[in-house]
Amino acid sequence: MFPLHLFIIIPLLMLLCLWLARGIKAVRGVMLAGSSALLITAISLVVVYLKARQAGAAAEMLFTTDFTWFAPLHINYTVGVDGISVAMLLLSSIIVFTGTFASWRLQPLTKEYFLWFTLLSLGVFGFFISIDLFMMFMFYEVALIPMYLLIGVWGTGRKEYSAMKLTLMLMGASAFLMCGIFGIFYGAGGQTFNILDLAHHTNGAHVIPVAQQYIWFPLTFVGFGVLGAMFPFHTWSPDGHASAPTAVSMLHAGVLMKLGGYGCFRIAMFLMPEAAKALGWIFLIVVAIGVVYGAFSACVQTDMKYINAYSSVSHCGLVLFAILMINRTAATGAILQMLSHGLLTALFFACIGMIYHRAHTRDVRELQGLIRIMPYICVCFVIAGLGNLGLPGFSGFVAEMTIFVGSFQQADTLHRVLTILATTSIVITAVFILRMVGKVMYGVCKNPDHLKLHDATWDEKIAITTLVVCIAGLGLAPLWMSDMINYSVTPIVDHINAAATQLTSLTSFLIP
Amino acid sequence: MLHLEYFLILSALMLFIGIYGFLTRRSTLAVLISVELMLNASDINFAVFNRLLYPAGQEGYFFALFSIAISAAETAVAIAIMIAIYRNVRSIQLNHLDTLKW
Amino acid sequence: MDYSYTVLILLLPFLSFLVLGVFGKFMSHRTSGLIGTLTLTVVTLLCYYTAYTYFTAPRTAEGTYAVITAFNHQWLPFFIGGLSFDIGCMLDPISVMMLVVVGTVSLAVHVYSFGYMHGERGFQRFYAFLSLFTMSMLGLVVATNIFQMYLFWELVGVSSYLLIGFYYTKPAAIAASKKAFIVTRFADLGFLIGILIYGYYCGTFSFDFEGNADKIAAGAAMLPTALLLMFVGGAGKSAMFPLHIWLPDAMEGPTPVSALIHAATMVVAGVFQVARMYPLWIEYAPNTLHIVAYVGAFTAFYAAVVACAQTDIKRVLAFSTISQIAFMMVALGVCTEYVTGHSHPGSVGYMAAMFHLFTHAMFKACLFLCAGAIITIVHDNEMAAMGGMRKYMPITHITFLICCLSISGIPPFSGFFSKDEILAGCFAFSPVMGWIMTLIAAMTAFYMFRLYYGIFWGTENVKYHAEIQPHECPATMTVPLIFLAAVTCVAGFIPFGHFVSADGMSYDIHLNWSVAGTSIVIALASIGLATYMYKGSTQPVADKLAARFSTLNKWAYHRFYIDEVYQFVTHRIIFAHISKPVAWCDKHIVDGFLNGLASGSHRLSYLIRGFQSGEVQQYAYVFLIGALAIVLLLII
Repeated sequence: MFPLHLFIIIPLLMLLCLWLARGIKAVRGVMLAGSSALLITAISLVVVYLKARQAGAAAEMLFTTDFTWFAPLHINYTVGVDGISVAMLLLSSIIVFTGTFASWRLQPLTKEYFLWFTLLSLGVFGFFISIDLFMMFMFYEVALIPMYLLIGVWGTGRKEYSAMKLTLMLMGASAFLMCGIFGIFYGAGGQTFNILDLAHHTNGAHVIPVAQQYIWFPLTFVGFGVLGAMFPFHTWSPDGHASAPTAVSMLHAGVLMKLGGYGCFRIAMFLMPEAAKALGWIFLIVVAIGVVYGAFSACVQTDMKYINAYSSVSHCGLVLFAILMINRTAATGAILQMLSHGLLTALFFACIGMIYHRAHTRDVRELQGLIRIMPYICVCFVIAGLGNLGLPGFSGFVAEMTIFVGSFQQADTLHRVLTILATTSIVITAVFILRMVGKVMYGVCKNPDHLKLHDATWDEKIAITTLVVCIAGLGLAPLWMSDMINYSVTPIVDHINAAATQLTSLTSFLIP
Repeated sequence: MLHLEYFLILSALMLFIGIYGFLTRRSTLAVLISVELMLNASDINFAVFNRLLYPAGQEGYFFALFSIAISAAETAVAIAIMIAIYRNVRSIQLNHLDTLKW
Repeated sequence: MDYSYTVLILLLPFLSFLVLGVFGKFMSHRTSGLIGTLTLTVVTLLCYYTAYTYFTAPRTAEGTYAVITAFNHQWLPFFIGGLSFDIGCMLDPISVMMLVVVGTVSLAVHVYSFGYMHGERGFQRFYAFLSLFTMSMLGLVVATNIFQMYLFWELVGVSSYLLIGFYYTKPAAIAASKKAFIVTRFADLGFLIGILIYGYYCGTFSFDFEGNADKIAAGAAMLPTALLLMFVGGAGKSAMFPLHIWLPDAMEGPTPVSALIHAATMVVAGVFQVARMYPLWIEYAPNTLHIVAYVGAFTAFYAAVVACAQTDIKRVLAFSTISQIAFMMVALGVCTEYVTGHSHPGSVGYMAAMFHLFTHAMFKACLFLCAGAIITIVHDNEMAAMGGMRKYMPITHITFLICCLSISGIPPFSGFFSKDEILAGCFAFSPVMGWIMTLIAAMTAFYMFRLYYGIFWGTENVKYHAEIQPHECPATMTVPLIFLAAVTCVAGFIPFGHFVSADGMSYDIHLNWSVAGTSIVIALASIGLATYMYKGSTQPVADKLAARFSTLNKWAYHRFYIDEVYQFVTHRIIFAHISKPVAWCDKHIVDGFLNGLASGSHRLSYLIRGFQSGEVQQYAYVFLIGALAIVLLLII
């Protein structure tokens, strides 16, 4: 048994201590202690979880705890984890840990910044451990709101616009989501918010009528999809990331966007399998377009953060693409891609942030030859770039190959064509990554101001080195992670596949 | 014989003069006076109804007195507010005081 | 025989890469170079030992060498259709042969680089990348399954990228590295899709074709497509037309890199891949296999023509490499039968391709290293800066000459034997193909001797040479040259058919003197022509010809403007007509819609806002009217 509450209690304690803390040293101390504690908790969770599985624990969710929270509406505080959430929790704690170091020297209002930062991570952790739909939604909202302040106050550039845009779009999405969640709740009889009960029709829940699923599924999927930067609802992401401070970009692209894919899979598709099968192809087309669209869009951007943000659109599109394939391999690949993209994009944003912090520009046309000036940062930047374009040895390759092999198992024409379309993104990714690396890192620096810049400080080194090690670790030894995820993906995918309706083409949908 | 109607006409007049003043005067002081007029109109009604229709009771008188006391207090507060506003805005003209919309 | 030690062959260079990559900056040049070279020496010795034990082990009952899987571990399961991604080490005649090639050339380059890269900034980085490359290439050749091959395929691609861009301050090097990576990556897309098709229809990724014969037969219908797509990947790596454009530019990298990666090892990965999949090609897609031959023949011809007009010595060698690799491709492509032996010459091409791969790796590496030696002395790649170098650099001169003779197909040098087998295979396929390839072989002799005379004889740039004082290179550079040239002299006498042949049986190479004789005569004639045109200190004939066919000369010099076509397609079409509109659409349509939503609600609010004037009296007025209205409503 593992006390999952720790993932909520530690951030709460951190919030309390931060509130009481006086002086920047105390604030840093609290953050260091707290984020390390979270990391250690997450790692030990992984160990305990794997041990429990080895010992033969076969339940879908382990370490579950259930308290009634608000009886009249059947809202419970229910926590539990499976392989997917364990992976996500590990990812989140790594990003929070590195994010802390990436904003070690952030000025001004350090304390307030870390307060919001911790609140954001509280929401993220809460989301991943909860298996009560309402609780999940609540934590989702908790994670969203701090973004507004973090970008609006500590951001750069057009920060007010970006913060507003991001918040409004995500709030709009959560309005969809709320409709969807209450639709699921009442559609299934209004007896329980527990995801497992809803899926398996136990504890008073019954099957959501298919006609209703056709309404709630798109709402829920789009609701989560917006957070997962689903085309065409992705435009908050480039602006938001461009304006956000480094660690916030890291946390947001690294973890918060994963809430989207996770929610789409765990809630929209798992709870409404019939609709997922019937309507999946529509989203699949949209998402496949998004994968290529994001990559092409990134080719002509000049701001490094925009390049990475569009690349994220493409890569997160791949996550949704893979889960919509509805098979074990692709879904495992999707979760691996979430992990991999989380780490890679965090590393990328960290490096870009560090460069921006020094050179005060992110424009690829103004930067040149940085590798001589700040080798440490730039080498990590190149690693992030190569990882992003799917180089073997880094996590991206593992995830992409799993996705493609999985997707290719869906043998009908639509899935085939879309899979091949999606594979082209790896070439386009190579184009824009190498273009950026070539322009920014290589060459000779001609700007005298840039020549005086210094390399990474120790705290920045900790942040980026941790990420590089994690990326390489996942890329070199993916077996255990892949097994862990697959074990938990299987029941979900089987559940979706067991659904009765088999509508996969346009005609069969239009002519029932 | 004093008819009830005379008093009611008087109080109605006072009320509408008060309303008119309240809506049209730009000076806060004049508006305050208009408010007082409206209050007094209702006081008159209280007293008259008590005197002419329910001579046995006292409630109307009490209410009128009570209202007079409250309006005195209210005037005091209102004038204090006006002074405060004047200190801030250098004017107590109502058309200058439109910050309510922000 | 226990071959599990072969894991060291992969691990040692990787460790060396990690050590040099992470701690390199704390080391002196000498230490890091020694670490890299010593590790590689051990690896090469292990390769030789493996080859020795493998080929001296008794053959199986059928007369073939046993295919040994030294180790094979699941690396990434795919959970579906029995597919999984394994990493392992498979030893069979061609992979063992490749181990020897990679080890030998890599070791020669490691030693050579001591001299060549002496004092260069980033020396440690260079050795780290060399180690990375060697590891990847070795991993590629011992792959037990197609996905492992793809993994290391990408890794050699990235090592090539990093090494071409080694001089990252030079814009040309940056552009070349980017181009190399993107072009090969584009080709790899075909490879990947081919793998996916193969995996789906055949249900395995393994190279154990016999063990999985049933599964593979089940997917026979899609095999030609899958193999052809894989060949696209191979064509990208092996610089087949029209995916060859990256290789000439890749010469921007340091010359030892060109020798190792872009002449001897990585660029033959495509040939190796086709050879690896050969049993499937020949059984399920024999007609599709000929496409490989046609692509190869065209590439060989194209590259030979272009090579005749280049003036940059590394470019000549680059095009010569393209042409020679195309020879190997042709050799594989002209195979028609699974059986070897004199009565069945239809599969001699397989052996010939591998033989040529082996000999070519040695003499081409040597040629590149010679070119590197000259460039370090002359500090220029253009032939105009050279001429008459034989006086200053005798060792380089002799080794270069040996390799030129070898590539031209003059006995007794190794190139003669392997090329002769290729031509024999071509003639067996069709006389037309045979004569075309003989003609291209003649062109090879011509441009190679044009190059040779241009460097070592011809018009000497006396003024420049007086300035730079040319001299012979240090021993670290000449020893590898002598070694490789020596190998070139003797490699032809290796009974190659005993080790490698299409069906694994021992096969005696018998020179077909009608083919060999023709090719020798034609080669000698070409050499004679080159001597006549380029040996003298003035070259009236060559100049006259160049003037006479100035258009052809110009087009050949500019490589028939293929690069420009690519440039046009990528920049003018893809960037300008896909990426830009997509970005525009993102900004103005997708985002415009959202901003429109925002400004729409803003405008609406602006309208409503008029009611909130902020004037108390207006509020009171509205309040009064409202109150009256309610009263009226209540009364009525």
